[in-house]
This record gives sequence, C-alpha cells and structure tokens, in this order.
Amino acid sequence: MAVIEYIEAIRLGMKEELERDEDVFVLGEDVGVKGGVFTTTKGLIDQFGEQRVMDTPLAESAIAGVAIGAAMYGMKPIAEMQYSDFMFPATNQIISEAAKIRYRSNNDWSCPIVIRAPIGGGVFGGLYHSQCPESVFFGTPGLKIVAPYRAYDAKGLLKAAVRDPDPVLFFENKKCYKLITGEVPDDDYIVPIGKANVLREGDDITVISYSMPLLFVEQAAQELAQEGISTHILDLRTLQPLDQEAILESVRKTGKVLIIHEDNKTGGVGAEVSAIIAEQLLYELDAPIMRLCGPDVPAMPINPPGEKFFLLNKEKVKEAMRNLALY
Amino acid sequence: MGKSGSIEQQSRHAAVGLTDEQAVEMYAMMQLARKFDERNLLLQRAGKINFHVSGVGQEVAQVAAAFALDRTVDYYLPYYRDYGFVLSVGMTVKELMLSVFAKAEDPNSGGRQMPGHFGSKRLRIVTGSSPVTTQVPHAVGIALAAKMKKQKLVSFVTFGEGSSNQGDFHEGCNFAGVHKLPVIFMCENNQYAISVPVHKQLAGRVADRALGYGFTGVQIDGNDALEVFRTVKEARERAIAGEGPTLIEAMVYRLSPHSTSDNDLAYRTKEEVDENRAKDGLPKYRQYLIECGLLTEEKDAELLAGIKKQIDEATEYGDKAAFPSPESVLAHVYAGDAGQGGDI
Repeated sequence: MAVIEYIEAIRLGMKEELERDEDVFVLGEDVGVKGGVFTTTKGLIDQFGEQRVMDTPLAESAIAGVAIGAAMYGMKPIAEMQYSDFMFPATNQIISEAAKIRYRSNNDWSCPIVIRAPIGGGVFGGLYHSQCPESVFFGTPGLKIVAPYRAYDAKGLLKAAVRDPDPVLFFENKKCYKLITGEVPDDDYIVPIGKANVLREGDDITVISYSMPLLFVEQAAQELAQEGISTHILDLRTLQPLDQEAILESVRKTGKVLIIHEDNKTGGVGAEVSAIIAEQLLYELDAPIMRLCGPDVPAMPINPPGEKFFLLNKEKVKEAMRNLALY
Repeated sequence: MGKSGSIEQQSRHAAVGLTDEQAVEMYAMMQLARKFDERNLLLQRAGKINFHVSGVGQEVAQVAAAFALDRTVDYYLPYYRDYGFVLSVGMTVKELMLSVFAKAEDPNSGGRQMPGHFGSKRLRIVTGSSPVTTQVPHAVGIALAAKMKKQKLVSFVTFGEGSSNQGDFHEGCNFAGVHKLPVIFMCENNQYAISVPVHKQLAGRVADRALGYGFTGVQIDGNDALEVFRTVKEARERAIAGEGPTLIEAMVYRLSPHSTSDNDLAYRTKEEVDENRAKDGLPKYRQYLIECGLLTEEKDAELLAGIKKQIDEATEYGDKAAFPSPESVLAHVYAGDAGQGGDI
C-alpha cells in the first residue's frame, strides 16, 4: 500500500469519483488549469476536461448556488471554496438553501453537493487565510460536516461525501496537506460519514479531537506514555452528525476527557461534545470535562509570535493532557 | 367577425405563433390566477388562512411567459407571486389551495412552507425559499447541468426588481453569461419592493444590466400578453440555439398590497393604484380576444362560472384536508430518516 500525502489522498478521491460517475464534476476558483492554489485538483483538468473541472468566476455564492442547481437536476458537484475564510458569501446558499431543500420540499427535491474548504492556520495566512469556520455551520440540521485528519480518511470521506444523497461540507486542513502522510489503498473504499475512529487505545485519559490538532495529541500521547500516562484518542472525523456512541464509549473507558480543537472555544464543536458527555455520563466522570481550543478572538494574526500564541502545539496539548491525568 | 383565420390580415396572436385555442387558454389561466388570488385575500380577511402574498397585476406576464416555454422539458424557478405561472405549467388550483391551508397533501412542501413557495419535481418547478434571489444561481446550475448532459431545455427564473439588487442576481447572471447557458431571467418589475418604490431601488434599468454580462437584455410592457409571449419565445429559441441567456424586464404594477400583512396606502396613494388599474393587462387582453371574435360576453361568463366552481371546490377541499401529523416535523431532514428527524 502506498504512503501518500493527505492532499494527494483528497485528489485521488476526487479522481476516482470523477472516473466512476460522469455526473460528478468539480468547480471553483483556479481548480482547472492551475490545479488549485494548493494543487489539490492538479492534473484533473488534463484527464477530465475543462467542463468537469471548471474554473468559475470569483463569486462564492454562485459557486455554491450553481452547484446546488446542478445537484437538484441530478449532478454530483464538488464545489471548492478556495479558503474556508471565503465561504461566508456562500453561507446563505449553504444554510438557507442546500441544508433545507429536502426538508422544505417534503422530500421531493434533494441536494447532493459536496463543498470542500481548507481550514486552519499555521501558514502565516493572517486573519483571512487561517480560520476554522466549523461552528458557523455546525448545528444546522440538513448539513453533514466532515473534517478528516488521516490521509486514509481524507480519501474515504471524500468519496463517501460525493455519494451521499445530502449536502456535505468537507473541511480539509491546509496544514495537513503536506504534513500528514499515511497508507492509502488505491482501491475503491469509503469511510462512512457519522463514524468516529479510535486512533489509540488507552486507560488513563481520553482525548477527543478532529483535524490537525490530532497530530499534536498523538505526539504528546507517545511522550506521556513514557511518564506512565496512557491516552485513549478518538478522532471524530465527522462533526455532524456526531458519533455519540463512540464519544460515550471512549469517555467511559477512562472517566477523564479532554476535548481539543483549533476553532475557538465558545460555541465550538467541543461545547456540544461536552454537553453530550455531561448529559449522559456525568456520574461516571473522575474529573471535570476539559477543553483546549483556540482563543476567543476573531482570527489569528500574521505576525509569527501572535500566530504561535494562537495555535495549538504539542507542548500545549501535552500540558493539558498531563493536567487532566493528574487531576 | 369570424375566426382569426378568416381575417385577411394575420392576427397579432397568430403572428407570434399562438393558435386561437392557446390564445383563449392563456386568458383562462390569467383569470384563474386572478380569481384564485382574490379568493385568498378573502380567505385571509375571513380568518380562514393566516397569510397571503399576492400577484394581482402580474398574471398577464406570468401566464404569457409560461406559454412561450416548452412545458414538457423546461425547468422553472418561479418567485412567490407567480401563481399565474405555476398554474400555467400544470399545478392545479386544488394543489395551491392545499398549500394555502398548509395541509399534508400540499405537493409544494407538505404544508411546511408559506403559500407562494412553489415546488414540484414532477412539474419541474424547483423548490424555492424566502430569502430572495437565491433561485437565480440555481437556475444557472440547472442550465449548466442541461448543457453538460446535452439536453435541449432551458431554465426560466423570475424575481422582482428589488431582488435584482441581490448579489445572487449578479453572480448568477455573470456565470450564465460566461458559459452562454440556456437560461432566461425574467424580472417582474412591479414598481415596489414592499413599500420601497422603484426610484429608491434602481438608478437605471434592470434590463440594461445584461450588457455588462454579455447577453441580451430587453425591457417590455408586462401588461401586453403577446409581447411577453413573443419575447420569451425568442429568448428560448436563442437559448436552445446555444446563444446564451436573456434578461427580460417585464414592466408591471403590483395592484394589491405586498401581502395581507401590508397596508399599501401608507406609502402610495389610491389615485396611483387606480391609474395603474386602468393599465391592467388582463381586461386589455380580454378586449383583444373579443375583438378577434375568440371571446364573447356569454363565453366569458361561462368561463368565469367554471373558474368560480373550480376555486370553490378547491377551497373546500383544502379547508377540509388533514394537517400533517405533528411528528412529521421530524421527517426528511436527511435521506431515509422518515419519522426520525436528523438521525441517520
């Protein structure tokens, strides 16, 4: 099995779906000749032509809205938002339209679109090339939201998203693109939407997270093992619908839980995860539910000390994990 | 006076490609839409329904446009005043009444949405929402998909002049222009966005915006049924020939208040409304048919009696039909979740 980069896994997932189903097409800014500003769609136009790998005008609401129209006709569009920071002009199309089309038509119409958007900082992108907008869309019924961390999941979830009969937001982490590599089968497999995944078995503390911060969690867990702290790690993979069963099972295992994400703390996915745990497992906990998240500021600055202060890293994660273990 | 065929000079409707039967059928549809609308205003005032948003004054343009499309293949994205349009493409008064009363059998939304939020996959009426103009990019997406699948059809989308200021209008038009897509944009310029008059909405003409997007834009008299028919028919021919979109600005006047929650005399005068009532396209078209010998006072009375009966029956049916079950609120958030809400 080949070891490939996360970005290549996403590209491979799109390539396979474009080959499998002629109704699948990719649209977005710079996705064609340039192959995307991160090279995520590189080479696809050569294989599939400019109609199925379509460079669009610079207008996010049209990218989403045109994709929605095509999906209602029966196509399976993959719309790319160049940075998730720029998907807000499309928010009305995503929340008022895509999310509600099945519901408002009483199951007559459906909207099987995938909207891919790179999230996360650490690339000196400043306020508007670094955001994690999950919480804006999280809690909107009708949407599914995935955020892979492993290369294997990036391909499998992308393929599952394309085949899903409902709208799926695919939040890929731009820092993961080249940093995360892993074994990815070149055959046709999917990772089911709505299923979390245990990355590491452990007995002392449980860490629940998704996307890029899981790299720090895995590194910290390895180091803490040498201190005698055993960490259980759950990768949510899908943010909506949350895999409640997997969340409860992973917390029950240790009785101590830390939830980590780069999106800011207030109103984030972690708040919902902790509420689920509190509602159902309060008396099985041996410590308060803890969260480690981005600070509640509008977005991260471009200056290096500021960006470093904002972002999570192995040391911050390790300290929080140790604190929980020692509680 | 005999039938149009016996007149030496070709009649206007024949010249634009309408048979005598179609010309009369159009009139019947306009009257049906008008009477349906008036009935709803009455039902709301009587406390039988909660809300009605009216299209009185715009039926002529709506019906004529629908008749100019290919009603076996085209896709429609009507806006909330388009009763005349949806009736003309196959929705029945009974179906509309089920929507008005928000009943389970309503094919538009199963009693979930406000009246005027049309949708029917069977009739290719694409489901719509309340935030205005979101349907414009959808129409463009459908036209794009049709082009990709090499299907000879057009998507037809309507909106008001207020809506034409939304970003989605501009983004959609530009996208359609770039890809020369088979889509027809029709603005029903009824002079008011709720209370805001057209001079506070637009500094120029909506039709002229087409120039900036690289396709044809025309402003027409929306009270002239045959002019609307001809314009939409030509736009469709261009679209099918691969010549791209057309933007049509049909000039009409909203004769009724914005909705049953609106008092229009707070922002416009009765004199202004009366002046525009005199320009109403419906009696004008009626007069045209009489002059052509296609309609008589007797035939008209017969037609109106039939419409009244149809609306009476539909009203009774809608009124008596069952509401959706309360628990059905949880269904159809996602595919395959009937009865279980968001869980999948």
